[in-house]
Amino acid sequence: MIKTDALIIGAGPTGLFTAHQLKLIGLNCEVVDNLDKIGGQCIELYPDKPIYDIPAVPECTGEELTNNLVNQLKPFDIKFHLNERVEEVKKENDNWLVKTNNGKSFSTPNVIIAGGVGSFEPRKFSPKECEKFENKSLFYSVKDKKIFTGKTVSIFGGGDSALDWAVELSKECSVNLIHRRDEFRGAQATIDKVHQLVKDGKINLFTQYQMVSVKGDKNLESIDIKHDNNDIKNLKTDYVLGFFGLIMQLGPIANWGLNIDKKTIEVDTEKFETNQKGIYAVGDICNYPGKLKLILSGFHEGALAARACFKLARPNEKYRFEFTTSSKTIKERLGVKGD
Amino acid sequence: MAKITYITHDNQKHEVEVQNGLTVMEGAVQNDIPGIDADCGGGMACATCHVYVKEDWFNKIPKKEDGEEDMLDMAFEPKTNSRLSCQIVVSDEIDGLEVNIPSKQA
Repeated sequence: MIKTDALIIGAGPTGLFTAHQLKLIGLNCEVVDNLDKIGGQCIELYPDKPIYDIPAVPECTGEELTNNLVNQLKPFDIKFHLNERVEEVKKENDNWLVKTNNGKSFSTPNVIIAGGVGSFEPRKFSPKECEKFENKSLFYSVKDKKIFTGKTVSIFGGGDSALDWAVELSKECSVNLIHRRDEFRGAQATIDKVHQLVKDGKINLFTQYQMVSVKGDKNLESIDIKHDNNDIKNLKTDYVLGFFGLIMQLGPIANWGLNIDKKTIEVDTEKFETNQKGIYAVGDICNYPGKLKLILSGFHEGALAARACFKLARPNEKYRFEFTTSSKTIKERLGVKGD
Repeated sequence: MAKITYITHDNQKHEVEVQNGLTVMEGAVQNDIPGIDADCGGGMACATCHVYVKEDWFNKIPKKEDGEEDMLDMAFEPKTNSRLSCQIVVSDEIDGLEVNIPSKQA
C-alpha cells in the first residue's frame, strides 16, 4: 500500500502540471496512467501535430509539450505508475483507497482525475464473433511474435503498426495485409518496403477490403473479407491482427459514484471537486458552465485543485499563497538558489 | 441556416436547423442528437463524429482535406461515403443535407 498526499490519475499535460503545482506547495503525489508512456492524448493522438495556443509558447508539438512538462518536473521526485489502470476508488476512514488492475493500491486523502476522455483501448473488429478468438488467435497488439512463426497471419489496418508488423512478420510467416483503401498512412519508407514485399510475393495485399466474419469452431480457420464492390473473399488464416488505433473509453471511472454527464465529470469551479469530497476532476474530463477543452484550462484547473488538496492533506497547517519568484521555501523545493 | 436531417441507426429522423459556420458535428451535439460522441471536440483527432453522407450529397459537399481519410481508418465500420461530421461546415449550400449515424462510434 502506497501512502501519498494526492494521487493523480492520468499523465497527460494537465496531470503533469497538476503534479508540479502539488510539489511546489509542498505536497507529495504519485501519478498513474493506463498507457505505457507519459503524455496522454498529446503523445497518443498528435505527437507531431503543432499546437499554437499554449501561453508563451508560439508553437510546439504534442511531444515537445510533454517533454517540456516532464523537464519542469525534474527538480521533484515523482513516481509514475504506467501501464496501470485504476479500477476501484472507495472510501476507507478519512482516505480514499485506490486499486489498479495490476494489484497496486494507494491510500490518499486526495484523488485528482486528469483522465482526458477516459482510458485508451484498442479499437476492435466490429463482427461480434471476433470476441470468441480474442487473445487466442486474434490480437490487437503483439506480445510475443514467435507464436506466428511458420503460420499464416492476416493483418488489418493502414497505419504504422499494421505496416511495421507486416514487414517484420513477412520474414517468418505468410502475411495477408488487408486495408479499407488503397492509400496507407504510415512512414513513406515503410510503405515503399511493403509495396516491394508485395511485388516479391512476400505479402499478399488486399485493399478496399474489410473484415466481415471469422470462421472456426475451436480454432480460427479462416476469415471472410468484403470488397467495396461487395465481393467476398475467404482467406485461410491461423492468426488475425487488428491495428485500428485507439479509442477512448470512460471505463471504470463511471462506477465511482461521481456525477457524470456525457462522459464528463461535474465539478465546482473553486476547487474542481466532484460530488465526492477529496475527489477532483481537471482537464478535458471535467465539466462546468463555460468549460473549454483547452490545455491551458487544464493547467488552471490543476493549480486550483492542488490548493484544495492541501487542506485535506495537511489539516493542521494553513496554506499560504507564495510566488515562485520570491518564496525562499519554494526555491528550496525547486533546488534553486535564492537571491 | 441549413436544415440538416440526422438519421440514427434505428431509423429515427431528427430534423434541425443549424446556423451557418457551425459544423454538422456541432449541430448534432447542440441539439442532443444521439450517436455523435465527438470525443476530441472537433479537432480531427478521433473518429467519433463519423457519419455516412447520402450519395448525392457526398459529391456536392466540399471534399475531405488531408488527414480526414487517415482518421476514418479508425472509424467504426467506415464505408465509401463516410465523413467526419466535424469537417463539414454548415452553409446555405448544404440546406437539406441528410446524414446517417452509425450504430456506434467506438
